Amino acid sequence: MLRIPCPWCGTRDEVEFHYRGDASVSRPAAEGTPEEFTRYVYGRENPLGWHLEWWLHVGGCRRLLKVERHTLSHEIRWVGAPDQHPSAESPPQPVPQRAP
Amino acid sequence: MPSTPRSSAPASPPERTSSGRYSLWRLLREGLTGQRGWSPAWTKAAPRARYRVVVVGGGGHGLATAYYLATVHGITDVAVLERGPLGLGNVARNTTIIRSNYFLPDNVRFYEFSLKLWEGLERTLNFNAMVSQRGTLNLFHTEAQRDLFTRRANLMRLEGVDAEALSCEAVKELVPLVDLDNGRYPVLGGFLQPRGGTVRHDAVAWGYARGASEAGVDIVEHCAVTGIRHAGGRVTGVETARGFIGADVVCLAVAGYSSELARLAGLELPIETHVLQAFVTEGLKPVLDVVLTYGAGHFYISQSDKGGLVFGGAIDGYNTYGQRGTLPMVEEVAAAAVTLLPALARVKVLRQWGGVMDMSMDGSPIISKTPLEGLILNGGWCYGGFKAIPAGGFTTAHLIAHGTPHPVAAHFDLGRFAAGRTVDERGVGPYPYLH
Repeated sequence: MLRIPCPWCGTRDEVEFHYRGDASVSRPAAEGTPEEFTRYVYGRENPLGWHLEWWLHVGGCRRLLKVERHTLSHEIRWVGAPDQHPSAESPPQPVPQRAP
Repeated sequence: MPSTPRSSAPASPPERTSSGRYSLWRLLREGLTGQRGWSPAWTKAAPRARYRVVVVGGGGHGLATAYYLATVHGITDVAVLERGPLGLGNVARNTTIIRSNYFLPDNVRFYEFSLKLWEGLERTLNFNAMVSQRGTLNLFHTEAQRDLFTRRANLMRLEGVDAEALSCEAVKELVPLVDLDNGRYPVLGGFLQPRGGTVRHDAVAWGYARGASEAGVDIVEHCAVTGIRHAGGRVTGVETARGFIGADVVCLAVAGYSSELARLAGLELPIETHVLQAFVTEGLKPVLDVVLTYGAGHFYISQSDKGGLVFGGAIDGYNTYGQRGTLPMVEEVAAAAVTLLPALARVKVLRQWGGVMDMSMDGSPIISKTPLEGLILNGGWCYGGFKAIPAGGFTTAHLIAHGTPHPVAAHFDLGRFAAGRTVDERGVGPYPYLH
């Protein structure tokens, strides 16, 4: 069971959220090449490790969250708004540690 | 692979023990002589420095590929590398169902090819895989669903595949446990493929391993691949836990980990890794003699020959390499089980497990060359890899041996995504969490 710390609602069970896929994929500019658009639609880094992903808090604030989660331990180390990025400018949220 | 020269002659083959032919006569003889005449079914080989073909992954597809390379195409200079012991990945984690009741004609043809190979598999391998064609029954609960299943059955029959529509009464007779008059999801009827069924999954890995080993393939366990070497756009071999192994062709058959292995070669695949859970109950007397799938939820169930009810549902729905699964899906599967078969409420679940799988962007597998010459990919099996093992191995071996795809699997090429020829059985689009 994932426990996702929503910045607006607090920590909630995964059943309140809908997964919406890889958040590291970004849409190319309109004049992008077909290869860039193919990569945007179909390419996935799919790492065994830290993964940036979208979760929609349908059972709560209905906001879209950007979450950095480990794909093996399921540990969540950063949660932010869609325009934020896990970096120095947006320091990690204080996320309680959980056992894998 | 006609254009690839062999750069070095293979070293002398290692000592290879033969397990002999299995038969009723042999069983009787061994029974009377203290079972002392059996020998291991396959030889645990040490890797040589170079092979013509290296297959990464000692699961169903990897072993089947090696088996068909050796027996159909005469290419025996082959190694199968497995990171742990043989056949403990997805080939041992699925719910053992075989069927060819697909919707898209390309898929019907491919999976029917596989089902035909299943039908002759035990004779071919001289190994008891317990292929049991008990039938797969899909229930429908709405009129729209009935129309869709009827269309699917008609499409299958046009391809010469067996499919039958069952009335509510016929469903009742076949599976008396089903709650036909469920207040919310009453059963309107069923769609039966009589030739579908189950197979003992471990025996598939063992049978192919035995056949491949006897045909001259090296099966190397505890040999994790840590790198893929290439030069000038062509693969030259693999770095492993047991040293570098040179190869003209490297075939990845590591569904679940395809992205991680392809990354070693600098490739990004249209795949996400998700976990699918499965469950088995305590052993019961025979109560269910078909493979049953629920139409109002994602749930499928069959009874193993040992008596346990084996069942599963949908993927957990987010990227994970954790082979365990989480509780919300357990609850969802249990709810579907009890809604369809109320008697199951009193049955104890003995074990639950998860397998990680390649969810491709259209829900269909990838059997293809890659941009790196000599690197072949067998992956993207989503949650349907087990039933496809014979055809997946056969067509991958064909691709390696001839350099051109086998006709029944040509549409599973990697280029289909860029070209817009996706094989999307459910019409969902590139969102694995919805597949």
